[in-house]
Amino acid sequence: MIPASFDYQRASSVDEAIGLLSGAGEDAKLLAGGHSLLPLMKLRLASPSLLVDIAGIQELSYVRQSGDHLAIGSLTRHADLSRSEAALHEAPLLAHVAGQIGDPQVRHRGTIGGSIAHGDPASDLPAACLALNASFVVASPRGERNIAAADFFRGFLETELASDEVLVEIIVPTAAGAGWSFQKFNRRAQDWAIVGVAAVSNGSTRIGLVNMGPTPVRAIGVEQALGQGASVTEAAQHASDGLDPPADLNASPEYRRHLATVLVGRALEEAAQKKA
Amino acid sequence: MAESGSILGNAVVRLEDPALLTGAAKYVDDLASPEAARVVFVRSSNAHGTLVSVDVEAAKAMPGVIAIYHGSDDLGLPPFQSFPMVSESFNRPVFATDRVRFVGDIVAAVVAETNAQAVDAAEAVVIEVDPLPVIVSQADALSAEAPLLFPESGSNVCFGTAFGADEDPLEGADVVAEVAMVSQRLAGVPMEPNGCLMVPGEPDGGITCWISHQAPHSVQPALTAVLGLEPEAVRVVTPWVGGGFGPKANVYVEFLVAAAAAMQLGRPVRWAETRSENMVAMVHGRDYTMKAKLGLTTDGKIVGLDASVVASGGAYPALGAVLPMLTQMMVVGVYDIPKVRFEGTTVVTNTTPVGAYRGAGRPEATQLIERVLDVAADQLGIDPAELRRRNFLDPAAFPLVTATGGAYDSGEYAKSLDAALAAAGYEELRAEQARRRAAGDSVQLGIGVSAYVEVTAPLGLHTEYGAVEVHDDGTASMSVGTSSHGQGHHTAFAMVASEVLGIPMNRIRLINSDTAAVPHGSGTLGSRSLQTAGNAVFAASKEVLVRARQIAAHQLEASPDDIVTSEGGLYVAGVPSRIVSWEELAVASRDASLLPDELEPGPLRHEGDFDGENSTFPFGAHVSVVEVDLETGQVTMKRHIAVDDCGRILNPLLVRGQQHGGIAQGAAQALFEWVQYDKDGNPLTTNLMDYTVPAASELPSFEASNTETDSPRNPLGAKGIGESGTIGSTPAIQNAVIDAVSHLGITHIDMPCTPERVWRALQDAPGRVAS
Repeated sequence: MIPASFDYQRASSVDEAIGLLSGAGEDAKLLAGGHSLLPLMKLRLASPSLLVDIAGIQELSYVRQSGDHLAIGSLTRHADLSRSEAALHEAPLLAHVAGQIGDPQVRHRGTIGGSIAHGDPASDLPAACLALNASFVVASPRGERNIAAADFFRGFLETELASDEVLVEIIVPTAAGAGWSFQKFNRRAQDWAIVGVAAVSNGSTRIGLVNMGPTPVRAIGVEQALGQGASVTEAAQHASDGLDPPADLNASPEYRRHLATVLVGRALEEAAQKKA
Repeated sequence: MAESGSILGNAVVRLEDPALLTGAAKYVDDLASPEAARVVFVRSSNAHGTLVSVDVEAAKAMPGVIAIYHGSDDLGLPPFQSFPMVSESFNRPVFATDRVRFVGDIVAAVVAETNAQAVDAAEAVVIEVDPLPVIVSQADALSAEAPLLFPESGSNVCFGTAFGADEDPLEGADVVAEVAMVSQRLAGVPMEPNGCLMVPGEPDGGITCWISHQAPHSVQPALTAVLGLEPEAVRVVTPWVGGGFGPKANVYVEFLVAAAAAMQLGRPVRWAETRSENMVAMVHGRDYTMKAKLGLTTDGKIVGLDASVVASGGAYPALGAVLPMLTQMMVVGVYDIPKVRFEGTTVVTNTTPVGAYRGAGRPEATQLIERVLDVAADQLGIDPAELRRRNFLDPAAFPLVTATGGAYDSGEYAKSLDAALAAAGYEELRAEQARRRAAGDSVQLGIGVSAYVEVTAPLGLHTEYGAVEVHDDGTASMSVGTSSHGQGHHTAFAMVASEVLGIPMNRIRLINSDTAAVPHGSGTLGSRSLQTAGNAVFAASKEVLVRARQIAAHQLEASPDDIVTSEGGLYVAGVPSRIVSWEELAVASRDASLLPDELEPGPLRHEGDFDGENSTFPFGAHVSVVEVDLETGQVTMKRHIAVDDCGRILNPLLVRGQQHGGIAQGAAQALFEWVQYDKDGNPLTTNLMDYTVPAASELPSFEASNTETDSPRNPLGAKGIGESGTIGSTPAIQNAVIDAVSHLGITHIDMPCTPERVWRALQDAPGRVAS
């Protein structure tokens, strides 16, 4: 459990991090909370040549309301997000999801940006971002650009981020009063979800699914069925339409499909109850 | 005895805890040894294959590398026999030579200046293996086409035991209940993985072996043999040990390699296992397939049991290989079963070797009889608790020998079952279950019962060494052959010595876990420590008191019969103002001028071996209450009620701790943990993400209590408690899960009862309307 050798640089600003990244090529990695990257390195499944440590960039840790959206700095730790007054009021789903991740140690180290940039389909925050119609601000030597969550996740642990880009901010449209629900099904509280469902109901309904394919995905089939007037029970039957859920020690694809149907149904019912 | 009240039976807080809580306790890897080199093992990533070549040239040239050992440069270590009852034809070459037999088999050992250098060099060792067909399961091992893991042995069967083969035990039965089940493979997962620090030159010409272990005296002969040294030249010590649970009672070949390398290199060598290494290198537990047929009359009286088990011993048979013997002895459980047929077979497989794990052979027996009893209850329409009560062994018949040779010392099984049912509110629970069933609730209630008896200080481990000495500074020390690794022996034994001598507990030291300080011992396993070493301390304390009273009586010009104890020393009853202090007594004991004529000068000390003459048989009853979500298959433990009887209780706090930990590990088997391999023998659960040890979030607050039925086999009346929680809880929880869905026609779900397994059972259930 010792990583292969690597170089280490600590960046004190976003610009410095971008500079270090763009000078290092494909093999460099950003280090924030380290809760996804370091285990991979210890198992030697990842061997970056350079780690650029951005954990000390205080200016990237914030949650604030800004007009019609909530702006969240990418280095905001899960524990801080879960307790943020702004998040609890304007995007309670996101605060709730952040409070369910892993265990207290993980929540005090892991960051929202790290979780999103890692692009793990088993992580909760990406699915919540899909349900919330969030977008991500990324910075590079070419300036800043904004990527919709729906366009961000490309393949297994693969995202739209270029190797010299830094995710700096998560933008979540405020939706106080919207109905929402997060259904996380696992065997142990500390585990990744076997299947998770994040739903936001605010006029229309958006649903993000955890661990139902190679990327965080939306339950498009359910959203469309609801749009066409289907009942909750009918719509939930479409939970895994077009999806190819994985097999692992906890669940077969068949069981995941079943769970998705049950959990989408529960999420829609709870979201309807919560809607102001 | 002291004039004040007895300390025995009181919840005395642990003497061990301040060091543990403040981080002062040192484990093997904490021991300072700046000059120590690090050894890292290169392990096979193939489960079974011919070892074609091992190329260490590139690795040897890596920075910091001191030596690399492997099959043709093997430190002269002979093949190792893990357990003497298994044929030598299954011996383990310390370094795999002609073939590898499991993922984790040692191919080479790299010794380097630092851990990082050793890890890097180990990565550079190139192993070439020609794959052979792989045996993962018991069925694989016994199939006609199975390759032989040890061709010279002629069979994949490495151990067998059988009982009552000639008679049909089911003759005369009106009803036969039947079950085929598994007791799945588990890992002990001690918080501190394995490790050692081997320091040559201490004692002179010999070696001091610091290991993380449960039984240092049992490791000494193996080290002595391979190092070619006299026993006194090989000192084996365990510092603080972060959990054992049975796997740390095994002698590991890694110790032999590290010690031999240290001797050859003339410098200390340290090994610190990682968790992922621990999950393949440390012995596993359980891994039985089991079958039982139970014959009963229509009114629920058992007429006979026909049972068989096949155990996997893993690639190199260790203690686990012979555990079917204990399963055979305990398979009748708490019941009066007149006729029994039992067959136990152990096979070798391309998996990690199997050793002892909390319960070791007895949980499997309890799981089997308690499961088939529930099937019988379902079949007969008799309440499972009532069916058990109708078949309990008669308390008036103790001591007794069961049909399978269990020499039970004492037991009153209805007492603990009734207490558990009362604590659970059994009737109300059944009523609530009926209500939910009638209403067709999507979350159903399951109530599981188990009644168990187990054997502690088993396998001839009922004798132990103990010595007590009072020193010139008035403190006392106790030396014992058990080896505390979390149980609280210092507290327990000091209570015993303090009770006899009157010396305060905090002035009584424990000396254990060191072959240089304790002449012999069997270590701590099989829940044996209090009933053996505790009684040895009790006996030695009494002998020390006899001498001390004689000395005090001589000085006080009184009769020894009139001398009483106090914290500070001895005095004549009623005259506490004239006290002979323990300091004075210890000094006088060596001074002929201060002794009565009949005493020889010598230390105020006594040593001896306590012999319990046989094992003891703790028992109890557990009730599990679970909810099963019919939509998802999720099982949630709502309550767990345990009434465990471990004889007379010395310290209820220590007992409670053992009950809680045991129940948690038992629940882990019922619902969570399972060491898995793919069909090629690749381990799939080598970290704590994939090997799902439950945490507090997954468990309810346990409702643990006790009944007390003294053992007649030792003066403290004690039986073991270390494994009862594990043995009693697992079948209760498994039965509860099945009970929750039995009205739908489900008769069995194998462990661990994962959500998907329960869901699949529901999908296939005859009485289930598909949702």
